[in-house]
Amino acid sequence: MTVKLPTPEELSTIDYQLPETRWMETPAVLREGIFCHAGREKDLAAVHMPNPREWRVEDEDWKLPENWKQIILEGLRDRVDRFRSLQLFMDICVRCGACADKCHFFIGSGDPKNMPVLRAELLRSVYRKNFTMAGKLMGKMVGARDLTEQVLREWWSYFFQCTECRRCSLFCPYGIDTAEITILGRELLNLLGLNIDWIAAAVAKCHRVGNHIGMEPQSFKESIDFLCDDLEEITGIKIEPSFNRKGAEILFVTSSGDFYADPGIFTCMGYLMLFHELDLDYTWSTYAAEGGNFGFFTGHDVAKLLNAKIYAEAERLGVKYIIGGECGHMWRVFHQYMGTMNGPPDFLETPVSPVTGTRFEHAASTRAIHICEFTADLIQHGKLTLDATRNDHRRVTFHDSCNVARGMGMLEEPRYLLHHACNHFFEMPEETIREQTFCCGSGAGLHAGEDMELRMRGGFARASAVKHVQKKHDVNTLACICAIDRVALPTLMDYWVPEVAVTGVHELLGNALVMKGEIPRTLDLRGEELPNETDNE
Amino acid sequence: MVFNPVGEIVGPIYALTAVILLILISWAGVRGLGLTGFFGIVVPYLAAILFFTGFLHRLIKWSKAPNPFRIPTTGGQQKSLGWIKHSTTDNPYTTFQVILRLASEVFLFRSLFRNLSLRPQTGTQPVSYASAKWLWLFAIAFHYALFTTLFRHLHFFTNPVPAPVRLVQNLDGWLEIGLPQVMVSGLILLGAVMVLFARRIFLPKLRYISLLNDYFPLFLLMAIATTGALMRYVAGIDTTSVKELAMGLITFHPAVPDGIGVLFFIHFFLVCSLAAYFPFSKLMHAPGLFFSPTRNLASNNRAFFHPNPWNRPVAFHKYADYENHFREKMVEAGIPLDQDPPSPGSKE
Repeated sequence: MTVKLPTPEELSTIDYQLPETRWMETPAVLREGIFCHAGREKDLAAVHMPNPREWRVEDEDWKLPENWKQIILEGLRDRVDRFRSLQLFMDICVRCGACADKCHFFIGSGDPKNMPVLRAELLRSVYRKNFTMAGKLMGKMVGARDLTEQVLREWWSYFFQCTECRRCSLFCPYGIDTAEITILGRELLNLLGLNIDWIAAAVAKCHRVGNHIGMEPQSFKESIDFLCDDLEEITGIKIEPSFNRKGAEILFVTSSGDFYADPGIFTCMGYLMLFHELDLDYTWSTYAAEGGNFGFFTGHDVAKLLNAKIYAEAERLGVKYIIGGECGHMWRVFHQYMGTMNGPPDFLETPVSPVTGTRFEHAASTRAIHICEFTADLIQHGKLTLDATRNDHRRVTFHDSCNVARGMGMLEEPRYLLHHACNHFFEMPEETIREQTFCCGSGAGLHAGEDMELRMRGGFARASAVKHVQKKHDVNTLACICAIDRVALPTLMDYWVPEVAVTGVHELLGNALVMKGEIPRTLDLRGEELPNETDNE
Repeated sequence: MVFNPVGEIVGPIYALTAVILLILISWAGVRGLGLTGFFGIVVPYLAAILFFTGFLHRLIKWSKAPNPFRIPTTGGQQKSLGWIKHSTTDNPYTTFQVILRLASEVFLFRSLFRNLSLRPQTGTQPVSYASAKWLWLFAIAFHYALFTTLFRHLHFFTNPVPAPVRLVQNLDGWLEIGLPQVMVSGLILLGAVMVLFARRIFLPKLRYISLLNDYFPLFLLMAIATTGALMRYVAGIDTTSVKELAMGLITFHPAVPDGIGVLFFIHFFLVCSLAAYFPFSKLMHAPGLFFSPTRNLASNNRAFFHPNPWNRPVAFHKYADYENHFREKMVEAGIPLDQDPPSPGSKE
């Protein structure tokens, strides 16, 4: 079942040689290690997605509905009418090639269909054939082709080799955004019941249970309590957070990656320490426990379906506003979609920091702020005592997560926190950070186990940049503000750049945070010995 | 699918053939059949109708499709806390900042200016990126030259010729070598188009993605610039007659004066072809940029509500159902409930 992952030496020899056949005559090869498993019948049924059934990617027969072509073409027509982005991006590409070598999947695979321009042409060719006069009359000559099962397989292959990171869109002279193409392309595929297991399962669990990993309310509470026990050992302070508490001022929502897996849990400990130190009137929710949104990797309606619970819960609990944790695509949704999809939340108020009094006017409508914004404001007002020497064993660089960088633009806040929480900070080359940041290679629901080769190829560009600072500055820590990063990057580092640990920004902050009444700190949040001077108090 | 070894050169060959055909049609029509009225009057009016209606039709089509979500690509720091420097043009927050961003795209080709080229890993040398502004350079040179050339041509359609047009003409002829004056814009136009064509032929990746639709306008522009240059520098042209024709067309009193050479008709026919082709082609990227939702929307979605005209209701999993489902487990874990105390009959 599992395929052997090639060695880094094998994988780093990337063949940029183009095929001898034109791309339309080169069928997609669905290769193990590159594709993800098919979505399961029960998971599709759980959220009433079309055509639930058991099927396998490897099979000839994908068990499509008989009128699948009609479904796709009608679905495409419908979306062209509903999304100006799609219509425009189908019409105006000039194939200048500026995007070609900007995609991390192209850089890591050399596969020309991973050039954003061709990824879009896969869909555009069908659009031309069916919706434009020239395409109908002149066909292949003008880049138009019929929708066949081969084309459908190609869509499936390449729309699940895109992490919707938008790096290409930054460089495109017209702002053509492959994320839009991929999101809508996946939406079309989902009309036929073609999703991947990793996404479909998470969506089904999130819908019913409240988070992607299907952690039930009592287990959710247990895992947070467990982190608090660890914190008591490290700091000597007993933290008792509340759950589903009505009347709290703030609802805190983060991604499930932060409360179930190493190293996300260490970031979560950072949140818990910070909130306790501030004596913040906040609550967790077991019902709206998930900030991440795998619905966004399925389609707009499913994104809305999962996101809707957050405002509903905020209203039920009667909080004033929402703070969101460190998560990438969660923040793309919070920043660019949540208000439109499920707002405006008139029952909430414009966020005001209870500690500094700062009004977060830029969140006056959505009423949700990022924890990095919240914490940066605290530090700027001198409300936190930080001992950066506790992170002196860490030589840190920062990975901007794509969604936060290019779908929001929060570049300075996390850096400000890092500059206060640690003494040794080094930037990666500028072509690989901030708005030009490279994806971890596993975003948009692709961080499954079976597509490990794809993930290692996709993360190659990011890893190269880390390797650069590892060599140059002895960097041993890669900080990030994304839960998928925290799951995906450790594997990527082990593979390409061993000896580099992955942390959240609030983990480093938690290490540095000097708490009232704490015992002399000898351990960091991972339970590892702190460097030399530990008795700073 | 049949393997097609010459697949890659079919595009440019067809495109070139099409342009040659256009030249032959106008040449044969005027020289052979003497159809100066058709090529001097009917064709330009037809082309103008196609251009304007096609253009408008496309703009209306785009306008009808809504922007359900506000999805700018953010290329710089967001506006958040007052003391953090906000990148106003790359991450616009107000309408004015959006206009600045669009202006930087339209006039300076801001996004293309970011262009980098990949240096793949070789030996111990890691992946790196080099600045690749040459695409930006030739693209911007081409577009400004095209604009200047078009603007200069206004002198055929205006009487008296407005001062700005005369000024541009004089500036454009600054080289002052030979007689007639050499127009720099025309030379740059031709040179830049050749470079843009050459990269499609010589860069394997570009060749791989290029279509007939990409080569055709390039050949057309080359032919237009070449016939224009031939008239100006080689064959000569009776500009008075041409201006008479142009003024007639624009004042809707069309007449074809004598003494206009066939070269002009070829040039004119090619221009008309380009205009007629424009609205149905990728050349619509020009107005398209103004419609691009990743560039023309402000990144202020958290501050101001953005409505979606077709926002669809979803049947999300309600809290009451959740509580009913997990009631006993929640009670045991001490998590507060809406409905206390637990009703014994509601297990699932």
